[in-house]
Amino acid sequence: MRLSIYRYNPDVDAKPYMQDYDIELEPTDRMLLDALVRLKSVDDTFAFRRSCREGVCGSDAMNINGKNGLACITKIADLKEPVVIRPLPGLPVIRDLIVDMSQFFKQYHSVTPYVVNDTPRPETERLQSPEDREELNGLYECILCACCSTSCPSFWWNPDKFVGPAGLLQAYRFIADTRDQATGARLDNLEDPYRLFRCHSIMNCVDVCPKGLNPTKAIGKIKDLLVKRTV
Amino acid sequence: MVKREVVGAHYGLRDWLAQRVTAVVMVAYTLLVLLALVMLPKFDYWHWKALWQLDLMRYATVLFLVALLFHAWIGVRNIFMDYIKDAGIRLTLYVVVILALIAYGAWAVQILWGK
Amino acid sequence: MAITTRQFDAVVVGAGGSGLRAALQLAEANLRVAVLSKVFPTRSHTVAAQGGVSASLGNEEPDNWHWHMYDTVKGSDYLGDQDAIEFMCRKANEAVIELEHYGMPFDRLDNGKIYQRPFGGHTSNYGERAVKRACAAADRTGHAMLHTLYQRNVRAKTQFFVEWMALDLIRNQAGDVLGVVAMEMETGEVTILQAKATLLATGGAGRIYAASTNAFINTGDGLGMAARAGIPLEDMEFWQFHPTGVAGAGVLITEGVRGEGGFLLNKNGERFMERYAPTVKDLASRDVVSRAMATEIKEGRGAGKDADHILLKLDHLGADVIDKRLPGIREIAKKFANVDPAKDPIPVVPTCHYQMGGIPTNMHGQVLAGHGGNAIIKGLYAAGECACVSVHGANRLGTNSLLDLLVFGKASGEQVVKDLGADAIAHQELPKDAADRALARLARLDSAKSGESVHEVGAELRRTMQLHCGVFRFPDSLAEGVRKIHEVAQRAGSLYFKDKSKVFNTARVEALELENLVEVAVSTMVSAHARQESRGAHDRSDFPDRDDAQWMKHTFWYKEGNRLEYRPVNLKPLTVESFEPKARVY
Repeated sequence: MRLSIYRYNPDVDAKPYMQDYDIELEPTDRMLLDALVRLKSVDDTFAFRRSCREGVCGSDAMNINGKNGLACITKIADLKEPVVIRPLPGLPVIRDLIVDMSQFFKQYHSVTPYVVNDTPRPETERLQSPEDREELNGLYECILCACCSTSCPSFWWNPDKFVGPAGLLQAYRFIADTRDQATGARLDNLEDPYRLFRCHSIMNCVDVCPKGLNPTKAIGKIKDLLVKRTV
Repeated sequence: MVKREVVGAHYGLRDWLAQRVTAVVMVAYTLLVLLALVMLPKFDYWHWKALWQLDLMRYATVLFLVALLFHAWIGVRNIFMDYIKDAGIRLTLYVVVILALIAYGAWAVQILWGK
Repeated sequence: MAITTRQFDAVVVGAGGSGLRAALQLAEANLRVAVLSKVFPTRSHTVAAQGGVSASLGNEEPDNWHWHMYDTVKGSDYLGDQDAIEFMCRKANEAVIELEHYGMPFDRLDNGKIYQRPFGGHTSNYGERAVKRACAAADRTGHAMLHTLYQRNVRAKTQFFVEWMALDLIRNQAGDVLGVVAMEMETGEVTILQAKATLLATGGAGRIYAASTNAFINTGDGLGMAARAGIPLEDMEFWQFHPTGVAGAGVLITEGVRGEGGFLLNKNGERFMERYAPTVKDLASRDVVSRAMATEIKEGRGAGKDADHILLKLDHLGADVIDKRLPGIREIAKKFANVDPAKDPIPVVPTCHYQMGGIPTNMHGQVLAGHGGNAIIKGLYAAGECACVSVHGANRLGTNSLLDLLVFGKASGEQVVKDLGADAIAHQELPKDAADRALARLARLDSAKSGESVHEVGAELRRTMQLHCGVFRFPDSLAEGVRKIHEVAQRAGSLYFKDKSKVFNTARVEALELENLVEVAVSTMVSAHARQESRGAHDRSDFPDRDDAQWMKHTFWYKEGNRLEYRPVNLKPLTVESFEPKARVY
C-alpha cells in the first residue's frame, strides 16, 4: 500500500515535509489505522494518536485524502492510492499527525458542558419522557474527535472566538435536555457575532462527521430559540 | 494592553435576522420588477422611463436599496470579521464601506428622482 | 539533573470512569488534586462500554439488591469477597441515580424512569429467571457515562494533566506511597508529582492477548507500577473472554444484543445455549457462554468456511428496535463484519475483554500490603478495573464493571478525603532516590543502540498469552507458557527503538507500556499455572472441577522472586447471611 504522510518533528526537522511509504499489508489489515500501526512497526519515529480502534474514543482523527475522518473506521479498500495523510487542518502541529487540541477543547469548555439544575435533588431519578430523551439523540453521541471543527473555514479563521460545530452541538445538547434549567444563560453565552454567528452554514461539519451527526441542524435550532426569545 | 478575546457583543442575532428579513424584501422587490416588466405594453425606453415615474416603483426601489445596503453591510462586515484580524484596519475598512454604501444610496436616489 | 517536584494533596492516575468518579469526590472536597491521563479523559476505554450499568432499581419489574448480590456472588463462582459484593450491590441504586442527576442521558421508560434491559447472569429471586437490571443509554452507556463524569469534573474545576504518563510509584523506607514519577508526553519531561494520596485508576491490561476488545491504551500501567514497587497483584489468572467480539476484528458486540432478544447459533443453525444453560440460555454468565461457544467451535460446529466462529442472530428484533436500542452495534457490524445485523447474523468469537484481578484493595479502595493480612499501604489507593476488591471473583457479570467504577471510584475518593482531612497531614519527605528507577528505565531506553523491537516482543507476548492461557487451559501448555513468557520478559529487558526525540515520542511510550504488559502477562501465566482447579474464567483440562476445599482463596503474585501467596475468600457479607458455594447452573 502506498502512503504519503505529513512528517514534522520540531526536534530534528526545520520544516514539515511529505514522506512516501510503500508498505506490505497483512490480510487482517482492513482499516487505515491497521496500515498506520503496520507502518509504525517499520518506522517507529512516525507519531500519531490512537486508542479504541472502533470509532468511539475520537483519538485518530486526521485528514485522509483531503477529508477529515477517523483512521480506525476508514476502510483501506475505499481509499485511492497513494493515500495522502495530513494532520487535522487549522490546529498547531506538535509532531507528525499529532495536533495541539487545546483551542478545540477550550471552546468545548466554554459552553458550560454539563447539566445545570439547582433544584433539590430528588431521591429517585429526574423523570424524562422517552420523547424528551429522544431530543438528545444526534447530540450526546459526539466523541469530540474535532473532525468537524477542523474542517470548518469559520473555525480556521477564528478558532479563538468561534465556538465551532463540535462546541455548538454540545451547547445545544444541554439546551435540549429537559433536566437543564440554564437555557437563558446558555443563549446569552452564545448570542454574539463571533461565538455562534460565524457559522455560515457551509456544512463541511455535516459532511465529515464520522458519527453521522449534524451540527448545522443543532446550530439552526439554537438560532431558532434566539429568535423566539427576541420576538 | 492586555490581550483578551473579547466576545459577548450581543448583536449577532439582530444582524442574522436582519440579513434574512432584507433578503425577503429583495426577493419581493425582484418579483415586483419582473411583474412590472412583463406587464409593460412595450419594452422600449419610453415605457421604461414611464415606469420609474410611478411613486410605487420609486418608493419600492428605495426600500429595496435600504435592504440591499444593509444586507451588503452585514455581509461585507462578516467577511472582514472572518479575515481581518487587526481591529484598527477592520474599523477603517468599516468606515470606508459605510461611506461607500451611503454614497451609493445617495446616487441611487439621485437617479430615481433626477431628470 | 534536577527534577521538578510538584505537590498535590492527591494524584489520580487515570481518567476513565473510576478515576473521574474519584477525582470528582476529591475536587468537590476542595482538595488540590492532579488527574493524570495518557489520553484526553473522554478517550479513556470506559467510553467503549456498551450495554449498561446494573442497579436493582426495579423500574420495570420487582428487583432488589439481595438478588443482585446473589447473582454477583454466583457469577464470581464464589471467589468474590461477599462483604465487598454486598457493599457494591447496596450502593448501586444510589450510584446510578447520582449519575442521572449529573446529566447522564439514560434511555427512558414511558413513565419517565430509567430504561432497564436484561443481561447475562442477572436474575430475579435467586436465579429463577432473567430480570431487567441493566440501566442503559442505547448501546453507548460507557460513552454517555464517561462524558457525563468528565462534564461533572469540568464543573468541579478538576485539574487534569492530559497526555501525561505515570512511570513509577514513589515509596519511602516505611513503604508509604508518596506520589508518582510521571512524564509529559508532549515534551518528554519527567516530573515528580508528590502527593499525600495516590490513587491508581489505570484500567485493565486486555492488550496482553492477541484477540482483545480492549483499546491500545489498556496496558496495565498501574499494575506494572505496583508490581515494580513490590506490591502484589491479586487473582491475575482470571481474564474474562467476552462471548461476542467480532470475529477477526475483536471489536465488542454488547451482551445487550442478547438482552434485547438476540441469540447465538452454530453452523447447523442450532440455538446451542439451550443445551448449556436451559433456564436463561443465551443470558448465562459470560464464562459459561464463552466456554460453550469455544466447545462448539472445538467440536466442529463453528460457522464459516473455517468453522471458526459462531453466529449472533438479531434480525428478528426488527430494524426499528435495532436502531433504537442497538444503533452502535449496527454501525460496528456494518463496518467491521460487513454485515447488516437487521438482515444477517454477526460472526463472533470469545474475545479477551476484562481483567478480574488487579491491585488488591479493600472496599474503601485502600491497597493491601499482602502477606495474607489486612494491612494497607499508606498513601496508596486503587479503583476500577486495575483494582481487585474483589467483587468480580473468577468471572464478572456484565454491567458490574461500570457499577464497580462508580461505587469504588466514589468510595476510594471518600476514603482519601477522610484520610487527608482527619489530621491535616503534611507531605512526607521524599526519598533521595525517588525518581531513580524511572529515570534509569528511560535512560536505558534512550541510550540503547540496538536490541529487541517493541513491536516484535509485544506480538510474541500476545501470541504466547493467546495460545497458552486462553478460554481453555492445559497443563503442559501452561507450563510451556510460563517458560515462554519469562523468555518474553527477558527480551523486554533490552528493548530498542530508533526514535530518540523528546517531543511526543510514541515509540518510547509503547516501550514503557510493554514493560507494564510484561508484568501483567507474567503474573497471569504464573498464577494460572498454579491454580489447580477450574473456576469461573479459569478452566483447566486437568482439573475440570471447582475445588472449594483447596481453592476458595485469592492468588497474590509478587514480582520479587515471582512468588505466590494465597488469602482466603471472605464469605461473610456485611449484614446478610453468606451465600454458600453451590454447583453453578444457569
